[in-house]
Amino acid sequence: MGTAMQPSALLPEICLLLGALVALLGGSFLPRQRQWVARLVAVVALLASAAAALVALGDPARLVYTDTFAVDGATTAARVVAAAATLLVVGLGVDELAGGHQESETYTLLLLSTLGAVVMAGAADLLVLAVGFLLASIPLYGLIGLSRTPRAAEAALKTYLLGALFGITMLLGVSVLYGVAGTTTYTSLTAGLQEAPPAAVALGVVAVLAGLMFKAGGVPGHFWVPDAAQGAGITAAAFVTTVPKVGALVAAYRLVEAVPGTAGTGLLVASVAVLSMTLGNLAAYAQTDPRRLLGWSTVSQVGYLLVPVAVAGRSDLALPSLLLYLAAYAVTNLAAFAVVAALPGHRTLSDYRGLGRHRPWLAGALLVSLLGLVGTPPTAVFVGKLTTASAAWDGGLPWLAVAVLVNTLASLFYYLRWLAPVVARTEPGAAAPAPRPFAEVAAVLAAAASLLLGVMSGVVLNALA
Amino acid sequence: MLSIIVFLPLLAAVVLAALPQLDDRAARWSWVVVSLVELVLVGVVWARYETPAPGTLAFEEQVAWIPGVGSSYHVGVDGLSLPLVALTAVVFAACAVYGLREQDRPRLQAALFLFLQSMCLGLFVAADLIVFFVFFDLSIVGMYFAIAGWGHGQAARSALKFFLYTFLGSLALLLGFIGLYVASRPRTFDMVALAAEPPLLDDGFTGGLVLAAVLLGLAVKTPTVPFHTWLPPAHTDAPAIGSAVLAGVMLKMGTYGFVRIAMPMLPAAWRDWAWVIIAVGIVSVLYGALVALAQTDLKRMIAYTSVNHMGYVVLAVGAAGVVAGSDEQARSVAVTGAVTQMVSHGLITGALFLLAGVLYDRTATYDMGAYGGLAKPAPRFAACFAVGAFASLGLPGFSGFIAEFQVFAGSIAAAPVTALALPGILLTAALFLLALQRLLTGPTAGASVGFTDLRAAELWSVAPLLGLALLIGVLPRTLLDVVEPAAEVVVRLVGR
Repeated sequence: MGTAMQPSALLPEICLLLGALVALLGGSFLPRQRQWVARLVAVVALLASAAAALVALGDPARLVYTDTFAVDGATTAARVVAAAATLLVVGLGVDELAGGHQESETYTLLLLSTLGAVVMAGAADLLVLAVGFLLASIPLYGLIGLSRTPRAAEAALKTYLLGALFGITMLLGVSVLYGVAGTTTYTSLTAGLQEAPPAAVALGVVAVLAGLMFKAGGVPGHFWVPDAAQGAGITAAAFVTTVPKVGALVAAYRLVEAVPGTAGTGLLVASVAVLSMTLGNLAAYAQTDPRRLLGWSTVSQVGYLLVPVAVAGRSDLALPSLLLYLAAYAVTNLAAFAVVAALPGHRTLSDYRGLGRHRPWLAGALLVSLLGLVGTPPTAVFVGKLTTASAAWDGGLPWLAVAVLVNTLASLFYYLRWLAPVVARTEPGAAAPAPRPFAEVAAVLAAAASLLLGVMSGVVLNALA
Repeated sequence: MLSIIVFLPLLAAVVLAALPQLDDRAARWSWVVVSLVELVLVGVVWARYETPAPGTLAFEEQVAWIPGVGSSYHVGVDGLSLPLVALTAVVFAACAVYGLREQDRPRLQAALFLFLQSMCLGLFVAADLIVFFVFFDLSIVGMYFAIAGWGHGQAARSALKFFLYTFLGSLALLLGFIGLYVASRPRTFDMVALAAEPPLLDDGFTGGLVLAAVLLGLAVKTPTVPFHTWLPPAHTDAPAIGSAVLAGVMLKMGTYGFVRIAMPMLPAAWRDWAWVIIAVGIVSVLYGALVALAQTDLKRMIAYTSVNHMGYVVLAVGAAGVVAGSDEQARSVAVTGAVTQMVSHGLITGALFLLAGVLYDRTATYDMGAYGGLAKPAPRFAACFAVGAFASLGLPGFSGFIAEFQVFAGSIAAAPVTALALPGILLTAALFLLALQRLLTGPTAGASVGFTDLRAAELWSVAPLLGLALLIGVLPRTLLDVVEPAAEVVVRLVGR
């Protein structure tokens, strides 16, 4: 097994790190009107990272750096999804960021946080997981606070305080697990925990999972999500509701699989999943600000994403369905955020009235993304929901499949509240102000990707399995 | 061949949606042309159709889609689906002709209905549960936009109710499909494979739960009492062609699911629960007829007669599950009657809803009390409506008689209790005669004064539907020769 240093195995991560450093240093020397160079650096770094990850596709799974980091299908998927999602975020944010005060700093923070998410996804050791957690979290606080509005400041503070609390909880969990198992590496953790006192194991696992739930934005670590989605700049909002989840959920999957006696952990995760989807849905009902609505909708989506985690190791479908759903969720959620980014003046749902008449492409993208988030075929989230529900039933939790479908029905209502004004009949009147061009293109591309990923899901699932 | 039939309207819909500069007239006519081409293509399939061996399909096509979960793009037709494919093509062609008079965004409406046509055709030819579900769900989305976008009255509200209610049904259905998938060995969503080796034969409890989920989904869609409450508002506020498609084609998705999915794939559970299904059928027949009798709104009345007519189908497929003490032939007659009833109801109710649309177009009211003596100013309307009403109440010579006669002949032989539903026929006759009397007879008064008779587009959309109902009533063999072998197969599968 991998004991030697194998930097080539971490090429995708190295690309992200280099990109972040170059964007930061270069950005300091660039005049305001030439900050696009930093954007170019970020885009190149993300493309290189995704390409480097794809080259490794199909290689046999292995552990590197003394078994602390897994290079396998799940890591590859997380690397590609995280890089592609950040690329979309950069695309939808161009209009907002171009020529602004903190353009290059934003790219640096985005790349570093993406790096943290990927490290979390690949971590096969509790300490690497903790490092990834910090690396993914600290840039988030900066990103959320960057837009310097009172709401953003409040959201940043809230995120910071919760992040500190859950970060410490996670470190406590890591310490407890290390204390009872005598190791932090997953390969030996399973054996090490066999003889350990169950209460201590439970405490440790719950504490680590709590930290991961903060990153994923699921119950009980979800309180910052709606505030960040509403208060932060739209680029930051799109990022923080998408990319960290990729890392946190793959990490949760690896942890649940590594801990012995997965049935108990599975039940715990299953109840967190149900709580997340239900709470997210109920809270989204009353929202009138599309950003806050999307914020709560992401909380409920984490619930669905936790379903395959709950049956980790007990169904062959669990891991492929998690990875497929993550990819599907990322493009679909970003499509919705891109529509919001394209129409910065639309702060309530009723502002979207008549969008179908004036901006058919944007309306189409919104239609695909919102119906996609509901799980309407043939979008990718439908296949994600189908496979996760099948995995839940297959893994011995048919009631969890029922919970997924009941919550899907409940979610339809608030997504339709947004769609109804979009397609409502309106008198031909003065057209709304032109949408931001980059965000509009990003929205259409993301929506198309969501459809394409759904239709091509067989190929993707085969590559993941 | 089938894929061309399914996806040609979708392609046309995309083209229409992507051409905002197209003028309204061209949009309307291209819709008519595409729907007539579809009709010709379906006619070719019907002409070349030969009954496939039991357990197989004709015109089969299969392409791998999501092999990871045993799902493929698999389509084909047999005696159960081919009549419904033909019905879909006919009803949509009638709607396209009716749509020639549409003034409100005709290009988008044509695109939307072409999309819907693709979804309906795809559902009836699907031979994979996931493919079936994809079309099922998307047809709901399409109909939501048809009601919300082109409806009247409280269209937004009715459309939302329709969407939420039928979406509940579709999710229950999906749950049942997942249950079938998890129980099958090897794991598959393929309908042919699942019908050949039905899972859960010896697990009555899980089988019952899976059947309950599937039945809930199909019962909402059909709809049967007590899941019918979305239907009257959806119909009342939908545009005329929306109602025609909803009643004529989309309700059949539920009843088609009974014979295509529930009966062959869950035969043991179906036999266990046959009495419940029969009871639901009897209640739907009687309740639908009684509530329809009490309506003063013509469109609501027709909507409730749909509950009644679909009740006959539920009754018949339920009776087909009463295996003990009945002979296979009787049960096969009942299933044949059920399929014939689906086609017959689609034609007749489609025509009646289009005629109701004419009323609203002229006077903006469906209230039967507001009219009187329509026969004098609008003889063509009166003739069409009278023919439709008599066909719907099951007069011999029309398709409805063939269907209901077989439903009762087969069902009563298999399960005599189904005779309880016979008064439904009487009630339907009463309510249609009452409606005829209120609308057409007497001195011309109220909204009838100055009523413009059917225009060419309206006549040419309604008359062919009624003509076909008459043709099936007089020469039923063309249809029955296709349906009967498939019905026998279903009955044998349930009897396993």
